[in-house]
Amino acid sequence: MIKFDQVSKRYPGSNEALRGISFEIPEGALVFVTGHSGAGKSTLLKLMAAIERPTTGTVLIGNQNVSKLRRSAIPFMRRKFGLVFQDHKLLYDRNCFENVALPLYINGIAGADAAKRVRAALDKVGLLAKEKAMPITLSGGEQQRLAIARAVVSRPSILLADEPTGNLDENYASEILSLFYAFQQVGVTVVIATHDASGISAASGKVLRLDHGVLKHGVTA
Amino acid sequence: MRQWLNQHVQAINLVLSRMRRNLLGTLIMFCVMGVTLCLPGILYVIVDNLNHVAGTVQSEPKISLFLKLDIQADSVAAIGQQLAHEPDVARYEFVSKDKAWQQLQASTGSAAAANKLEKNPLPDAYFVQPKSSDPNAVEALQQQMQQWPGVELAQVDANWIKRLYALLALGKKTILVLAALLGLAMIAIIGNTIRLQIVTHREEIEVSKLIGATNRFIRRPFLYAGAFYGLGGGIAAWLILLGVISLFNFSVAEISALYASNFRLGLPDSGMIITIISSAIMLGVLGSFLAVSRSLLQFELD
Repeated sequence: MIKFDQVSKRYPGSNEALRGISFEIPEGALVFVTGHSGAGKSTLLKLMAAIERPTTGTVLIGNQNVSKLRRSAIPFMRRKFGLVFQDHKLLYDRNCFENVALPLYINGIAGADAAKRVRAALDKVGLLAKEKAMPITLSGGEQQRLAIARAVVSRPSILLADEPTGNLDENYASEILSLFYAFQQVGVTVVIATHDASGISAASGKVLRLDHGVLKHGVTA
Repeated sequence: MRQWLNQHVQAINLVLSRMRRNLLGTLIMFCVMGVTLCLPGILYVIVDNLNHVAGTVQSEPKISLFLKLDIQADSVAAIGQQLAHEPDVARYEFVSKDKAWQQLQASTGSAAAANKLEKNPLPDAYFVQPKSSDPNAVEALQQQMQQWPGVELAQVDANWIKRLYALLALGKKTILVLAALLGLAMIAIIGNTIRLQIVTHREEIEVSKLIGATNRFIRRPFLYAGAFYGLGGGIAAWLILLGVISLFNFSVAEISALYASNFRLGLPDSGMIITIISSAIMLGVLGSFLAVSRSLLQFELD
């Protein structure tokens, strides 16, 4: 599903963020990307979602070469992904329902059809009762769950989450992780970046460990 | 098709709700654009009306031959003969000094003044209608007649109307230039307003792009906003124009009453209104397109 081949990424004016990364994530897998902060976890996720392009090497998403995509094709590539950002990136001038509906609007889905799917997504993360609430009134854990609802509402085949449990206490963190496991159960490929390896049991998923931009421990098909 | 329609309905709803939330700002924007647009509109109405008036006045050139006061009757007849043989003359009419004097005394406006005069100051005159109405040919004929013996003055009557037409043509050109300049100003005003809106919605645009929005999706609501500003501004311009013309018409009615006429400024016709409103909409869309495209380019560079 996701295949990196000798991928390096260098930001202008800095060292290489990633060096010679190769791995493959099969469809339906749940993979953790771990490493200290600054190890290149976010860059790895951005390369997957075509937010960044690799300096060298190839990134294949479902047999499509991301680095060769035309600029106009990138939006359609991004719609295959559900993205959960480190800083949520919720829109604070609209309520929960409208936040979750945004990806559907982008896809041109509206009306009763959209409302049904938004409520289903909100229900899945346990926020159905708060659809009219503004995001600013939600707790940190609820905001994170809202961000997840927005990521999954358009039923993406791949879910990418950057530090989804970053600043949550343990109860909330495990609650959120169990959400991701639930999505994996229904066939979604899930990639989670986290600096906090403690919550991950060996059996729960595969681990890509990054150290200063180099892959130390990886998964192959 | 359904998707496409949904996206447009959504963009329109979004824009309308934003405008409703910022109602005062929207109305001020309409006023600014209305004032800008109505300036060339008012000028156009004035020039158009003058043109109309000028059209009712006979624009056929006429040459008046005023003869010398001390001319003999046989010389007058000789000039009549000469006119009869002149190939460029279509018609001519002789008005003797006595007949002109009677006409002057009979006409209401100048009777009082004429009665004070002791003797007839008027000359004999021929009024000549040339065959050609080409200004150059008429002028050549006039100059030729000026040289005839016994002719005091050969005058082309149509001169003032030619000048009026030249002035009207100048007026029309002025309107075009003014309209073009104010059109540019409108693009700038709308572009700037849209740019500010983009800044306020920057976060939303960024998130939308990250989760797969196309440039077209991002541009759409702003283009509709530009179109709505244009529509509102166009309607405002029309209302201002109606108000101004009605106001003018009170004074115009007074003046034309003094001239024993019932002339009124004509209101702009529907074609004119459609032109104002549709060009306002186009300018609005153009202004916002330029603003959004520039901003999108900046987002790409970030």
